[in-house]
Formats: sequence, structure tokens, C-alpha cells
Amino acid sequence: MHHEEVFTDRNVSEHSAYYYVDIENYPVTGWDKFKQVVKRAAKGELFVGLWVVMREMIKFDIHTVQYPKEKLPIGPRYRAVHKLLRLWESGYERCIGCGLCEKICISDCIRMDTRIDENSRKEVTEYSINLGRCIFCGYCAEVCPELAIVHGGRYENGSEQRAHFVIKDDMLTPLDLLTAGEQSEYPGFGAIIPGSDASVKKTPLAY
Amino acid sequence: MDVAFIIETIAKIVVILLIFSALAGLGTYFERKVLAFMQRRLGPMHVGPFGLLQVAADGIKLFTKEDIIPQNVVKPIFKIAPVITAATAFMASAAIPFWPQFTVMGYTVHPIVADINVGILYVLGVMAIGLYGPLLGGMASANKWSLISAARSAAIFISYEVITGLALLAPLMMVGSLSLVDINNYQAGGITNWIVWSQPVAFVLFWIAAFAETGRTPFHLVANDHEIIDGFGTEYSGMRWGLFFIGEYANMFFISFVIAIVFLGGFGDGTFAGAFQLILKVAFFFFFFLWTRAAWPDVRPDQLMWLCWKVLMPIAVLNVVVTGIVMMF
Ligand code: SF4
Ligand code: SF4
Repeated sequence: MHHEEVFTDRNVSEHSAYYYVDIENYPVTGWDKFKQVVKRAAKGELFVGLWVVMREMIKFDIHTVQYPKEKLPIGPRYRAVHKLLRLWESGYERCIGCGLCEKICISDCIRMDTRIDENSRKEVTEYSINLGRCIFCGYCAEVCPELAIVHGGRYENGSEQRAHFVIKDDMLTPLDLLTAGEQSEYPGFGAIIPGSDASVKKTPLAY
Repeated sequence: MDVAFIIETIAKIVVILLIFSALAGLGTYFERKVLAFMQRRLGPMHVGPFGLLQVAADGIKLFTKEDIIPQNVVKPIFKIAPVITAATAFMASAAIPFWPQFTVMGYTVHPIVADINVGILYVLGVMAIGLYGPLLGGMASANKWSLISAARSAAIFISYEVITGLALLAPLMMVGSLSLVDINNYQAGGITNWIVWSQPVAFVLFWIAAFAETGRTPFHLVANDHEIIDGFGTEYSGMRWGLFFIGEYANMFFISFVIAIVFLGGFGDGTFAGAFQLILKVAFFFFFFLWTRAAWPDVRPDQLMWLCWKVLMPIAVLNVVVTGIVMMF
């Protein structure tokens, strides 16, 4: 399940209705305290409170999200458990084994092994992320030149074994899902801005 | 004392125990639901339809949980304290007429365990003993929060008991009897005979004191979660804690009955309609306990004592004096 919310306005504070509350001076003398009690009792503040909660009960405007059945939308740049993506056309792994993610990871939790395969391509044989140490900073996705390692929207990390999330086979998009067109492009850190093709300028031959 | 009487009394006791233990459980369900709705939540939803079986789940949990007696507690007192709360709550119910008398198959049933002539005195007295539960439990727990809670319960106890007694004095002067059945019959003439019309001040005072008596929210100082964790209940677990809980909720029901009978006409003339009205009145007072919990903040202990001693008690005394003067002339 993958929900994404389109945020149009991230400047919450500009349009919000924050205002300062007037707080009267606290009463000091006993007589002042007594007057305050009488004033509050006569004003019926307690009954206003009763009315407010009763009104909410009658309106029955429930805000509960019944979590396993309903889920809140998450932001497009949400950084949950990682995914390794494949190339759309060929189905090859996007990861070229450059090792930048391994290098930049500030909690040192990415481990990979590479070798040169028969076609003289660099092949990634092992790729694992220790989620017990990962702080989901997103640097690996940011630095990856191939948009290969990205963050998915899978935030329910309950499992019998932590390892279920972190080895290459689990993160890599399976081939059958790719052919079914189910691999989704990552819109977060480092992703290509929509319409960026149009802004690419060809290098003039004169150079 | 004939055998039939003994059997009947035991049957009544069992029925009352069963009904009010179950009601105490259901009370927690209603409390959660009502509080949830008032705070735009749903409350328990997953166990059974609309979370109704949550009560059963809680019961199973409380019954089967390990009974932990912490180190350094005063064991016998620690163990007996919850029993005091629950037992006194149910003992108090002995003198409460829950329902008008009715006849089943030619046999007249009085739905009151013992119609003693000092009924209201007995009810309030035994309910007051119930405060020994928090007091002793808190002092025996070897826990600072529990100790503070015990001190608070003693302080609150002497404060509100005065109000309860003085507030009730005025209506009792009018009725001339301490039996709750007599008090009820005094108002049997219908809604205009209700004592609340002639003693509105006493009604409000007693109602306020009832909140202190049951330790409900504006006066929920004895176990105020955000200040002293669960107060006297901090060290308790399992069924012992459950007994405190049952005692508290049973108390809420019984005090609601007392308010409804003393001030709001009780079951009236004893017809079925009157009996049904009594249930409605009790339901309202119980609901009000939950309602205030959603709406009102808690007061500080010193504020409660200030309120009881400096505001409510003078008003109560004045009320008694005025009632006496009016009755003289
Ligand atoms: S999100 Fe941060 S900590 Fe986690 S693997 Fe990537 S770089 Fe390392
Ligand atoms: S940065 Fe990207 S391409 Fe380079 S090794 Fe990591 S995942 Fe592979």
C-alpha cells in the first residue's frame, strides 16, 4: 500500500491563526481570590466547558484513523525502508557498484561486494543495509548517481527478522514486478525534476 | 429469623454483587467511549462489535495477571487495602433501595438488602470507610507517590465529609427520617415534591461532595496521573488493582443512587414508571461523572480544601440554619 499526499503549501505558520492569549494578573490577596472564584462561577465557565465537549460528542466528527485498516498519507519525500531499482528498458540493476552510498553513509551501515563479470561489467554481488544502525538520513539516495538506491514508502518494519528488509534480494525490484510496470520512480532526494528533459541543452559542437 | 428470609437476603446480595460488578466493568467501557466521543476519538473498537468485549478482555487480563507484592511493602496491609475499597463500596449498597418493591408470583420482593432506620447514615459511613483503601494502600506501598496520595486522601476525606454531612442535614430535617425508603416516600407525590426544589443548595453541595467522595475528575487528586502517577495504585497490579477499580466504579453508581433518591424523588410512587425514572436519573448522574472528566481540569489539593472549608462549609451551615428557621415558622 502506498499513499502519497500532494503538499501544495508547506508554509504552515504563515497562514495559521496563532495569537497571544491575554492572561490576567494572578490575584494576590484572599479577597481577590474570592472575587475571582465568584466571578468565574457566575460566568459559568464550567458550563461552557461542559457544552463544548457535549457539542463535539453530538457532532460526532471523529478523527480517529483506525490504523491497520486505514492509513494516513505519507509525504512523497518520506524516507522509509530502502529499495534498489532496475532499469526500465533492460531490466538490469541500476546500481553500478560505484560505492558512493557505502562511502557517504554516516552510520556505516551499507555493505557491498562487487566483481567484474564476464561482460566486463561491474556486478554487485552483495548489497545489504543494517537497518538497526541506519538513521534514514537519505544520504545514500541523495548521492547515488544512478537513482538506484532510493527510499521506499514502506514504514511498517514489523517482521520476524530484521534481516528481512535489508538484503539485496528484498530491496531489489523483482523482475516480474518490473515487467508488470510496478516499479515506481522515486520522487524524493536526487530524483529528476519533472520536465527536466526540456531544460537539457545540447552541447554546441563548436566546443 | 426464618429460613426464607435468610435465603432471600443471600439471593439479593448475590444479585447486587453480580449486577454491580458487571456494571462496574461496563462503566469503564462507557467511560472510555464517552470520553473518546467527546475528544473526537472512537475509543475501543477492536475487541468485539464496537469494542464491547473490551471489558471481558480487561477482566481476563486483570484476573490472570501476576499478583506482584513489591519489596519493602507492609504486606498484610498492602494486601487488604484493595479489599477494603471494594468491600465497603458493596456494603454501602445494603441500605440503598434500588427499585420499588414488586410482586413476583405472589411473593413481595423488597429490592433492598436491609431497610435499616439509619439508612443514609449507614451508607455514608460505610462509603467513608472506603477511603481507608487508598489511605492504607498508599501508606503501605513504600512508594513516594503512593504516600503523597495517601496524605491527599486523608486531607480530602476530612474536607468533603463535613460538606456531605451538613448538606444532607437540611433535607433530613425536613423528612425526619434517616431511612432511604422514608426519604423516597416523602417525595412520592411527584416531581413537585422533590427535595431538590426545596433544598437546591443542599443538592448542589452534596453533588460536589460526591465528586470528592468518589474521587472523580475535578477532585481526582488521590490518583492524579500527571502528578503522582496512579497514586495509591502505583504499586498494585492484577486483581488487587482491579478491586480498587471495581470499588471506585461501584461507588460512582451507589452515590448516583443516593443523590437520585435523596434529592430527585427516587423511584417516586413505586410504579414501574417511577422505577424506570430512577434508572434514568442514576444514568444521568453517572454520565455526568464522565462528562466532567472530559471537560474540567483538576484542582489542586489546597484548592479543594480551600473550597470545602472556606466556601462550601459556610454555605452548608447557612443552609441548615435557614432551613431550621423556615421549619420553625
Ligand atoms: S539512509 Fe543514511 S544511514 Fe541509512 S543507509 Fe542511507 S546513508 Fe546510511
Ligand atoms: S551509490 Fe548507487 S550506484 Fe553507487 S553503489 Fe550505491 S546504489 Fe550503487
